[in-house]
Amino acid sequence: MKPEEIQKIAETEHDLRMSYKYRINVCCSSGCLPFGAQKLLKAFEDTIKELGLERVCKVARTGCVGTCSVAPVVLIDPGNHLYQNVKPEDAKKIVQEHIINGQVLEEYLYKNEAYFSKQYRLILRNAGKIDPLRIEDYIAVGGYSALAKALTQMTPEQIIYEISLSGLRGRGGAGFSTGQKWNFVAKSTAKPKYIVANLDEGDPGVFANRTLAEADPHAIIEGMTIAAYAVGAEKGFIYIRAEYPLAIQTLKKAIEQAKSYGLLGNNILGSTLNFDIELRLGAGAFVAGEETAILSSIEGLRATPRPRPPYPAVSGLWGKPTLINNVETLANVPLIILNGGTWFSKLGTPKCTGTKCFSLTGKVKNPGLIEVPMGITLKEIVYEIGGGVPDGKKFKAVLVGGPSGGCLPESMLSLPIDYESLTQAGAIMGSGGIVVIDDESCIVDTARFFIDFCMDESCGKCIPCRAGLPKVREILDRIMLGEGKVEDLKVLEELCYLIKDASLCGLGQTAPNPVLTTLNYFKQEYLAHIVEKSCPAKKCILKKVEVVKE
Amino acid sequence: MTTSATSLDKRLILVDKTIAVHGNRRDALLEILHTAHNVYGFLDKKILLHISEKLRIPPSQVYGVATFYNYFKLKKPGSHSVTFCLGTACYVKGVEEILSALEKEFNVKRGETSSDGKLSLFVTRCVGACAMAPNVIVDDEMIGKATKEVVLERIRKILESERVEA
Repeated sequence: MKPEEIQKIAETEHDLRMSYKYRINVCCSSGCLPFGAQKLLKAFEDTIKELGLERVCKVARTGCVGTCSVAPVVLIDPGNHLYQNVKPEDAKKIVQEHIINGQVLEEYLYKNEAYFSKQYRLILRNAGKIDPLRIEDYIAVGGYSALAKALTQMTPEQIIYEISLSGLRGRGGAGFSTGQKWNFVAKSTAKPKYIVANLDEGDPGVFANRTLAEADPHAIIEGMTIAAYAVGAEKGFIYIRAEYPLAIQTLKKAIEQAKSYGLLGNNILGSTLNFDIELRLGAGAFVAGEETAILSSIEGLRATPRPRPPYPAVSGLWGKPTLINNVETLANVPLIILNGGTWFSKLGTPKCTGTKCFSLTGKVKNPGLIEVPMGITLKEIVYEIGGGVPDGKKFKAVLVGGPSGGCLPESMLSLPIDYESLTQAGAIMGSGGIVVIDDESCIVDTARFFIDFCMDESCGKCIPCRAGLPKVREILDRIMLGEGKVEDLKVLEELCYLIKDASLCGLGQTAPNPVLTTLNYFKQEYLAHIVEKSCPAKKCILKKVEVVKE
Repeated sequence: MTTSATSLDKRLILVDKTIAVHGNRRDALLEILHTAHNVYGFLDKKILLHISEKLRIPPSQVYGVATFYNYFKLKKPGSHSVTFCLGTACYVKGVEEILSALEKEFNVKRGETSSDGKLSLFVTRCVGACAMAPNVIVDDEMIGKATKEVVLERIRKILESERVEA
């Protein structure tokens, strides 16, 4: 295929899209499927056929719209009308009223303006709008034109320059400069070189990467292929959790399609670039998302991290230079190539450009998948997008960054979302999990839940993490049983810093965060367990109940 | 491994096919374990030894990898399984309470199978449907916004209908 042909497909597909007066997008992502999305899709298809509206209205399966709490959802264009909790038996009524009579059905409409108005959907721009299983849908909205531009009009150096200029930083959590990383790999002379796209979204409570893969898989493939050209790689791996069957199927199909269109393989778009992508399945190891552990896992070994240096850019997969990027990072690449690094650098904050996807869950009125500009405050996310805490309960804390993130109190809600601010507050960006808890949750129990998780997921290679975390849990258990001592808090803190300082990889280095942040911001609650022998959330059953008050 | 009995096994052919697709490459071990796990439902000693032989990897290493990753089960699961999502959102929304209720009513501990082989209780780290938390998967059906009553009722019915059929 030649670059002009991409343009031609785009035009034909665009015309085809425009020939329909209406488009019914049925969300068929992992959020909606368990709640009957497949039946709903069929119901709409059957209804349209029955009424002979095939030329007027297109029914399409799409990825996630983001409002997963009101699943299944349907989005009707033009007008972006989002219908919630739609059942197969509602399809007839919706088609009759909306498509035939042109009347919007108020009773089904998702009326929460604030959920979307504060968002900036850049990575997720196609989510809910295109059929992820059709490469033509992606091409119709400008897909693969960035690759064509990169291959025909730019040198690898120019691409890396634009990526650096954009200020894009790793979305996997660490926030390392993407341009710099690419540069390291490009400068390595050893051959062959590899690219690994990290889709091992192991954080419980996070589903942003999965949603991206399910909704817009070609954006990941296009980003990877541009990266391959920039750094000189010939082979790529997408490492994905086995627990994401739909994302796996979607990516598999997308890779096949890209191959059949000559967008993967040899001499891509008539250039000298040869690049292929293989999927590799994880098997439920949280630590495998770590930059060096992922390499061990792809090599078929236990996912244990390796010491750095040497960095993967120099010695990665099978000892060869390897570029490891999160899939969300890669999905930004086509946009930067098309619009320029300067354009991207103006989004977000000066030090932290672009947007970030978050899974917003827990005790909020509107949980779901959101994408926000960097620099937005936690308060805006929790209260404006999330709608605050439901059922008249009181906000207690927000857990940012997954099991190794931090637990931040109300007073920290004005914190802007960027790598530095979050780290300073004791949390991390992580892979983008925001879980809100209310006063029904016990802080000590929450900290223990996370420590339990990290302990379970520790690979066991280095001692601080392997032996330290069980010690931390022991102390927390004691406190929860009412057997804690005030001195325990000091030991706990020392132990946590020791694990942080002495662990080999990111898991151990961040695992104590939930304990440290809760000790910092919620010390009173620890003391209540220890001194008053009571749990403010009434969750822990303390053994020795000593009535101190009254 | 005793080849005569198992060589007729169609499932083993599938495993061998995967091994062949990957050209007996050792780095494909995880992919091969996935196939074996899919077709058998769990990984027993026999199949691990078979893979070890075929790939020329020490059995200790194959066993090490199989046990490292949570996804692989090494024991035969019961005829019905209930999987509890223990992700943060589900935890915050009280999945633990549902799990404890089941453990108590059916006398099975998490990660184990009832003595009659009928029911297994599994926990998993996040199924990624956090907006519908808490999530419980009964056999292949996902129950979102699950409650103790709904899940208990569902399983009682499943087990009851089996008893009637028997």
